[in-house]
Amino acid sequence: MSEASARHIRTPLARVRGRGTARSGTTHFWRQRLTAIANIPLTIAAVVIIATLLGRNQAAAAQILGAPLVAIIMLLFIASITAHMRLGMQVIIEDYVHDEFAKLVLLMANTFFCIAVALASAYGILKLSFGV
Amino acid sequence: MAESSRAPAARPLSPHLQIYRPMLTMMMSIVHRITGFGLYFGTLILAWWLLAAASGPNGYGKFEGFAGSLIGRLIFFGYTWALIHHMLGGIRHLIWDTGRGFGPSEREWLAAAGLVGSVAITVLLWIVGLLAMGGPR
Repeated sequence: MSEASARHIRTPLARVRGRGTARSGTTHFWRQRLTAIANIPLTIAAVVIIATLLGRNQAAAAQILGAPLVAIIMLLFIASITAHMRLGMQVIIEDYVHDEFAKLVLLMANTFFCIAVALASAYGILKLSFGV
Repeated sequence: MAESSRAPAARPLSPHLQIYRPMLTMMMSIVHRITGFGLYFGTLILAWWLLAAASGPNGYGKFEGFAGSLIGRLIFFGYTWALIHHMLGGIRHLIWDTGRGFGPSEREWLAAAGLVGSVAITVLLWIVGLLAMGGPR
């Protein structure tokens, strides 16, 4: 032990800081919590918005979804939940998939899926907002 | 100790999930992950809904046909519960993040409140939703 530490000039704290196996320190933990907290009011707002759209036809739904405040809330909701679910699925993959290649492929697929869902949803909202 | 080419000794491994008696907090933790997993793929329906609304009456009609069907309603009911359950579970974890609520009775109470709350809020939301749909457009 003493021999091993004597060979390093850097302190144990410096070696640990900002690291970990993913070389990203507490970034994952922090973003997971940040998006979790953002998700609470945004999900409540989204549920209220969806509830007001129940049973309405496309024209009415398009009008409500395209309103600036509703559109901005829905865009924030989508950004937050897709970021959050990417982090969550990453943990599930890392926990259960032990084959390095399969893990790499699934982690990539996870990112692609989340970005695709986010952009597709945002496209729908923006199209309604801009009326094109 | 001399180097040897023996195979590693069969060391005792730490016990895993299957040796524990199922407990509420443990089941809630497992369900939290399962609901998160389900919500992940459910966002495809959210994207479909928004794109359908943007595409026009025909596309929206197809979505409404799915949403109004029995299987559609079952999926949406399950999705509502998963969403509320995951949210309440998340709030519980945020409380635990502050170091509070770890006492024997507190953690049980929090877990039970999450379960009862998720079912109650889901049923309440659906009553309000169905009333809204049956009411004036």
